[in-house]
Amino acid sequence: MLLVLLVVVVLNFLMLHLAPGDIADTIAQTMGGADEQDMAELRKQYGLDQPFFIQLFNYVVRVALLDFGHSHFYNLPVFDLIMERFPATLLLVFSAQILSLFVGILLGVYAAQNPNGLSSLFVNMFSLFGYAAPVFWTGILLLIAFSLHIPIFPVSGMRDITIESSNFFVHFFDVLRHLFLPMITLASIFFAYYSRLCRASMLEVLGADFVRTAKAKGLSKKDVLLKHALKNSLSPVITFAGLSFSAVVSGAILVETVYSWPGLGTLAFNSIISRDTPVLLGILIFSTLMVTVGNLLTDLTLKALDPRIKI
Amino acid sequence: MLENEEIDEPTIKPVKEIFQTFFKSYSAVTGLFILIGIAVMGFIGPLFYPTDPFDMVWMPFSPPGADGFLLGTDYLGRDILSQIINGARVSIAIGFLAALVSCFIGVGIGSFAGFYGGWVEETLMRITEFFQVLPTLLFAMVIVALFGSSVLSITLAIGAVSWASVARITRSEFLRIKELDFVLASRSSGSNNMALIFRVILPNAAAPIIVQSALLVGAAITFEAGLAFLGLSDPNVISWGQVIGSNRVYILDATYTVTFPGIAIFITVLAISLVGDGLNDALNPKLRSR
Repeated sequence: MLLVLLVVVVLNFLMLHLAPGDIADTIAQTMGGADEQDMAELRKQYGLDQPFFIQLFNYVVRVALLDFGHSHFYNLPVFDLIMERFPATLLLVFSAQILSLFVGILLGVYAAQNPNGLSSLFVNMFSLFGYAAPVFWTGILLLIAFSLHIPIFPVSGMRDITIESSNFFVHFFDVLRHLFLPMITLASIFFAYYSRLCRASMLEVLGADFVRTAKAKGLSKKDVLLKHALKNSLSPVITFAGLSFSAVVSGAILVETVYSWPGLGTLAFNSIISRDTPVLLGILIFSTLMVTVGNLLTDLTLKALDPRIKI
Repeated sequence: MLENEEIDEPTIKPVKEIFQTFFKSYSAVTGLFILIGIAVMGFIGPLFYPTDPFDMVWMPFSPPGADGFLLGTDYLGRDILSQIINGARVSIAIGFLAALVSCFIGVGIGSFAGFYGGWVEETLMRITEFFQVLPTLLFAMVIVALFGSSVLSITLAIGAVSWASVARITRSEFLRIKELDFVLASRSSGSNNMALIFRVILPNAAAPIIVQSALLVGAAITFEAGLAFLGLSDPNVISWGQVIGSNRVYILDATYTVTFPGIAIFITVLAISLVGDGLNDALNPKLRSR
């Protein structure tokens, strides 16, 4: 896990190094130009005159000390900027992931009981939709439908600043109301995949001997389905959910920009527009961290489901 | 004694049979027709609908159907129908080329990992794993933001971040096939490693790789649209994503500027995935008796 982060940091540095132009150029540009001497001074100030490996080492050490550099657009340390936005993205990513797993598994179990029926067709159609529709497009359509034509949900943001109540629950439901559409949009890609996978894996398990034994013992249909079959068919779904974590984070960036959700995605979008490279690189490191933590959680869930698995 | 021995089933089906299975499936054929239709629209369409997609032809935000513009005009008064017709070329080209790039990287890494095993496999699969953990969109954003948003850098960026699935599939196919008798036979008749990898094993591993690459084309088209939506597109060419990206500020006032290119992407990717499913059924020897 640490290795992954180290590689991201090194990769960041390499890209910065290989890309045309450097910090000195950017600063000179915002200042409206600088002569050779000033440029040399700037490069020296930022350590750009050092040999390659020393620069690399310095960069890694700085990142390890949580110094991601300075955002010249916001005039704030990148770390502070990211920490301010991080909780919103975390909330969106995890709620969407949990919702899509829940709905996906429910749909999959339902469809598996009737492999050639209408519900299976529905699951297949749905997964095609999830694959084919660009997530920001789904987001825009939902936004237009449920904020503009039928105004149930707010158009953008995470909170309503006009609420003056000090009651925790009022704020809680306010955030929930704002979260609903982005969460559904992001989940729409994934619960299609999960339901399809869960259906396939349930079908396989339902044909196994131990399910027949359970039925023969006279257990109720519910017990057979949920306690015996589902528990044994979950591991491929959970494994896939772990693998999709990086895709969920990628999707979150697009969804956030659609709904102006104040997370890392909108920050990344703004930093592209303002050419704020340090912020973008910091976000890359942070979201990789988020994915690795997500993967770790997946492994723990898998272990809880099946004690034979060793981490 | 020989009767009890299992005979390796051939992993490649006769071409004729592949075509037969493929064309028997309605959804696959529908998908193929839609794809051909879109390609024809992109390449020949401009001859029949010569409006320049960059030209300001009418008032901005003219709604669809009004004033003789079937899909309306965008924020600069450009014809959206023309943009969709001309955008097809670039979107599809980026999709195919990016998938080709990831196919090359993925097959290269996967085949060496699967064939050599040991530390080579360990290292290469670590790299692959790394690319699975990395949020691909963000990584591509960084590449494009740093190296400029030309069609070339966008294509390479998409290709460079989405090869992990191909590498995994290639590796697992190589692990399976390299143990089979015909590989041993070829080795004992003096083939060197390169010949074994690229002329003996790879053709036999091609089926799942082709299917995966077909799906990657669709994913790359959506990917490009996503980048364009974030403002990272080549301003000098029209692609569907670019149409969405340049109109995104006005979505609440002029929904159609975003809806129509979105539908174009949706239909194209849907068609690609139908073709991919059809290819899967046609090429996969395990499903042949179904």
